[in-house]
Amino acid sequence: MSEVAESTGLHTEDMTLNVGPQHPSTHGVLRFVVKTDGEVINEAIPDVGYLHRSIEKIGEKCTWHGYVPYTDRADYLAAMFANQGFCMAAERLGNVEVPPRGEYCRVIACELNRVASHLIAVGTFGQDIGAITPFLHALRERESINDLMEEICGARLTYNYLRIGGVGYDIKPETCARITAFLDHFEPIVDEYNRLLSYNKIFIERLANVAVISKEDALQYNLVGPNLRASGVQWDIRRDIPYSVYPDLDFEVPVGRGERGTLGDSYDRYYVRIRELMESCKILRQCLDKMPDGPAVAKVARKFKPPAGETYVRIEAPRGDMGYYVVSDGSEYPYRVRIRTGSFTAMSIIDKISPGIMVADLIALIASLDVDAPEIDR
Amino acid sequence: MDFTVQDLIATLLPGTVPAALGYALAAVAVAFAVLSFFVAPLAGVTSWLERRVWARMQSRVGPNRVGPQGVLQWLADGVKNIQKEDIIPASADRKLFLLAPYIVFSGFLGAFVVIPFGSWLIPADLNIGILYLLAITSLVVVGILMAGWSSNNKWSLLGGMRSAAQIVSYEIPAGVAVLTVIFLSGTLSMQGIIKAQGWAPWDWFIFYNPFTLVAFFLFFTAALAEGNRTPFDIPEAESELVAGYVTEYSGMRFLFFFFAEWGNLYVIGAIAATLFLGGWQIPATLFGVTMAEHPLLKGVLEFAVFFVKAYFWAFVAMWVRGTLPRVRVDQLMAMCWKYMVPISFICLFGTIVLLVIWPDGNPALTMATLAVSVLIALYFVWRVVFQIMHSRPTLYLKPYV
Amino acid sequence: MTAKEIYERVRELCPGGVGDLDEQGLEPFFKVDPASLKEVCLALRDDAALKFDVLSDLTAVDLPTENVIQVVYHLYSYEPRQEIVMKADVDRDAARIATVEDVWKVANWFEREVFDLFGVVFEGHSDLRRILLPEDWVGYPLRKDFVEQEEYDGISTEREPLVPENMR
Repeated sequence: MSEVAESTGLHTEDMTLNVGPQHPSTHGVLRFVVKTDGEVINEAIPDVGYLHRSIEKIGEKCTWHGYVPYTDRADYLAAMFANQGFCMAAERLGNVEVPPRGEYCRVIACELNRVASHLIAVGTFGQDIGAITPFLHALRERESINDLMEEICGARLTYNYLRIGGVGYDIKPETCARITAFLDHFEPIVDEYNRLLSYNKIFIERLANVAVISKEDALQYNLVGPNLRASGVQWDIRRDIPYSVYPDLDFEVPVGRGERGTLGDSYDRYYVRIRELMESCKILRQCLDKMPDGPAVAKVARKFKPPAGETYVRIEAPRGDMGYYVVSDGSEYPYRVRIRTGSFTAMSIIDKISPGIMVADLIALIASLDVDAPEIDR
Repeated sequence: MDFTVQDLIATLLPGTVPAALGYALAAVAVAFAVLSFFVAPLAGVTSWLERRVWARMQSRVGPNRVGPQGVLQWLADGVKNIQKEDIIPASADRKLFLLAPYIVFSGFLGAFVVIPFGSWLIPADLNIGILYLLAITSLVVVGILMAGWSSNNKWSLLGGMRSAAQIVSYEIPAGVAVLTVIFLSGTLSMQGIIKAQGWAPWDWFIFYNPFTLVAFFLFFTAALAEGNRTPFDIPEAESELVAGYVTEYSGMRFLFFFFAEWGNLYVIGAIAATLFLGGWQIPATLFGVTMAEHPLLKGVLEFAVFFVKAYFWAFVAMWVRGTLPRVRVDQLMAMCWKYMVPISFICLFGTIVLLVIWPDGNPALTMATLAVSVLIALYFVWRVVFQIMHSRPTLYLKPYV
Repeated sequence: MTAKEIYERVRELCPGGVGDLDEQGLEPFFKVDPASLKEVCLALRDDAALKFDVLSDLTAVDLPTENVIQVVYHLYSYEPRQEIVMKADVDRDAARIATVEDVWKVANWFEREVFDLFGVVFEGHSDLRRILLPEDWVGYPLRKDFVEQEEYDGISTEREPLVPENMR
């Protein structure tokens, strides 16, 4: 009950709102049971599972090679990373060495995918706040990336590009030239995007100091990736537990600075992603320069049977730390595949943060955490 | 003119029909004609224009298939929506639910009664014109609240409540801004307000003194809020309230709400043009042609001038919609009560003080205001051109096409 | 600290609670006694040298041959940077283990997921409901002996083959 109601003795009731599963800003199918006092939220209980496709169970029924296309579906906005996590786990178990050119191809494809995924994140963020134009501008650029991806691996969304031991197709020099052309085009666009959306007074007012996640909460709820960095923890698996060719590359890890409000507010989470776009461009340019010659895929047995064992692989996906816990019993099929995703933990913090914020802020909070329904439910 | 409406009714109707009924029928006939041949195409074309302008800003194409450049898209949409099933939720308050779209629509349509399209082209030059306008457009709130309540849907209810709070609040700065104009013109009649201005920018009320300049923008902002336009579209905020008060509506009833919204866009521009921008005023002689000698040419020119002025501000509203995000409901209220209401009163009292000092206006002050406005406008245009010149063209990478 | 040092330190803090360190695999892990799980977890989190402030992952593996479900905890510490894997065996037929929700809040959802898919009951959990599957789902799908029900809510779970038999 609100303070007003208590002081006047009026009888008021909380209203139960059912946000989703079909709602314009739930990014797929999420559901929240929201108890509100007018516009102010008293409680928001997330309800997930609408997109559960039992990808982990499917993993136990597929061969090692055959499971790679399924991992695409775990997070279709960043399919390359799900590929990479599983392939790395399989390679670590089977002790397969990926040739250097294969690693560079992987990093190029992943960073392009990261740019695409972050463009969706910031674009839909604008849309959830009510600015439709930036969304379409972001998608326009993403379309170019999809074209590049199509050229690299023949698919635009669920790539199935990585193989255990390398990549499916080598990246051709003319494709590299086109990626460079795209980067030349894209880097100034980020400034344009900032002028249109990031520095917009209304946008800042809507996000600054809204839904602040403290560093302690972020650690307790195991937020990862941009959400964790926005709360002031400088942590990026690419730099801190290096894998692939990231140790050879020079890039910065953007961290939230609370420049428009409090550290860890929605604006920080948004702006960290914008800065990561630029870092990804930097990584891409270095990769294109350094790309060695040689084969792009190692020779791996068609009936791949890694020795019994288990491993936990972490990679830095656009939605943060993606963990693959893979257990092998020495057979043709993985014994257990566990995919630990960033959105799952990000989703669990919502009922902690939401009391006291407004309905419109809840939308901003969901958008700023960049949760992605398929990645939550897997 | 010898020919009168009475004659027309007398010739068309048999003598046995009472005159009052004849007038009523004539009024309905005129309303029907105006609705179908002027207001409907106006709102429709505005919707098409908005979609095209918006699409252009978002690097899309927009509707371009029906008619030249898609200009008849609104007709196709209308036909489609009439054919759709009119769904009424089982738990809705049936009567209110059915009535609400018409209330909204009549609130918007009533505004056209006093809009002066030319020196003689006005349905009714009421001597309380602007007061009537403020009153009749408030009918929209009733309709929206009715729609929100009767749908028996929480999203609709939230939308209706937001809308009521928003429109009632923003009536105040809008009303006070209008009051400054009434002080200057000394009349409430729409034609009177236009006649108190001239054709040249320095005769317009917007540049009369710095206070009226501010009052104009206050009025325009408040009018956007009253019309539920972005950045004040919180009653139907798509990403928060699904579709706000129209969530449960479908088919033609749904279209009526949007009909009213797009028509309102023109009404906003028309009122702004009337009150502040000299309305239909054109020079008495143009290129050696004395306008008084050519009534038809004069009428057409007046209509065109008014139309362009009104549409310019409708275009600005579309532009704003393409650029800005939405404000939050508490920020919206804070903006109204903490900033716009006090500023509008300052504008009102400032104008009164200046009116006491210089009862007939001060040409130097007017010219200074005009000069500053022109400089600001030029700087703005320069910025826009600069940004357009430096914007990146779309990149075509696809090698297989 | 290396896994060995971490293990030594944990054993020092909770002498009875931990089993042996297994360094054979790719990531070293140690077994923990389910009875003293919470004590070990609090020690791991609060000890100044260990400071495992993050539960990266909590999952389970079904091992029907040994008749256990292994609950696996992946811990990480951002400062100092170190990681360790911890495993607790629970009986397959009466799968119960203490919750670590009050040690790491994120465990709330992880444990709900493990409960949902493996049927491990976390004692003391504040909100132990199914998370991914519907409330009325029968069985725990990630157990190796899971058999899909023939129908769910009156809808058959058998699907017509997409390609008719004779056309294959």
